[in-house]
Amino acid sequence: MVSPNAELAYDSKIEGTIVPTKLDDAINWIRTNSMWPMPMGLACCGIELMAVAASRFDIARFGAEVMRFSPRQADCMIVAGTVTYKMAPHVRRIYDQMAAPKWVIAMGACASTGGMYRSYATLQGVDRILPVDVYVSGCPPRPEALLDALMKLQSKVRTERSFKRLAG
Amino acid sequence: MTAPADVTAALQAKFAQLSLRPSSDHPAVNVPVGDAVTVLQYLRDEFAYDMLVDVTAIDWAEGASPRFTVVWHVLSTTTHAYVRVAADCASDVEPTAPSVTGLWAGANWHERETYDLLGIKFTGHPDLRRILMWDGYPYHPLRKDFPLAGIETELPDIEVAEETQAKVIAAPMMGGPFVASSGEMNLTEAEPRAKDESWSEKREKSE
Repeated sequence: MVSPNAELAYDSKIEGTIVPTKLDDAINWIRTNSMWPMPMGLACCGIELMAVAASRFDIARFGAEVMRFSPRQADCMIVAGTVTYKMAPHVRRIYDQMAAPKWVIAMGACASTGGMYRSYATLQGVDRILPVDVYVSGCPPRPEALLDALMKLQSKVRTERSFKRLAG
Repeated sequence: MTAPADVTAALQAKFAQLSLRPSSDHPAVNVPVGDAVTVLQYLRDEFAYDMLVDVTAIDWAEGASPRFTVVWHVLSTTTHAYVRVAADCASDVEPTAPSVTGLWAGANWHERETYDLLGIKFTGHPDLRRILMWDGYPYHPLRKDFPLAGIETELPDIEVAEETQAKVIAAPMMGGPFVASSGEMNLTEAEPRAKDESWSEKREKSE
């Protein structure tokens, strides 16, 4: 269950309908609780990604059920599967088309390091072409592990200096 | 129900240049590459070998002649019997073989894979192009002169290669990045560790 967010809790009888807060906190709260993934489901991890989106493990609890296949509308690219050298330039192009702020989760062994495919055809880790924020180990990772990664990404976003970045 | 010995006997009776191939599991025959489609069609139509299981090839060695042998595996789903048909390619530098996509549509991708990884061109194939590596890749990875780890090449897309500075690298198994230490058993050191860290807490992440 999601625990109540203490820093934004208020009593409308005392404070009225105005909530003073830091701009960073407000921006980060909005971003963490509506992290829309761009699923880059390339192989078996894509099936576990679908399982996370389904009812039993429910990524919708975290506000991330909106899997946008258009990179313009997504916040977080989840690279789920083996990235071959043939596919790598396309993954990078789609990442480039995402609007800032954007994050990357490398799901599974193949996306993190090339996994069991130590070969001429497989990119040895998607971090060779993308900046990755969270790596998830597993082949495939349990759906709970992907949710844990999403929570780690949320805690990373919660502590960002967002206003400073916006201001330029 | 035709026993395997009957099939090979019938094949030898019908095709003069067919010979038995030494095999430890299934009946196998050697044919001249020009007769391969006829033999396979005969097996499919007369003996009910209705499923093409695999199309692959063997690269013997760089100096051997013949260098490439194309191998077809067919299965009879009714009698549960396999037959292997093997044919040496005529040329060692530009090996070709006839395509069986006219007999089995499933041969399409098997032949593309054989072309990609061994360089054997299949005449009559509707769409012969690489399947695992990208279209302009200069090597054939399963040939004997290609090293197991790979050869360093540029990524197919120039813009992405410049932006990311990534390359197609050789990925050797021995020597890392995941290696176990030998010698004394300090367990922290002895466990396989990642030595190749392209991004870490200490080194900045690239954009």
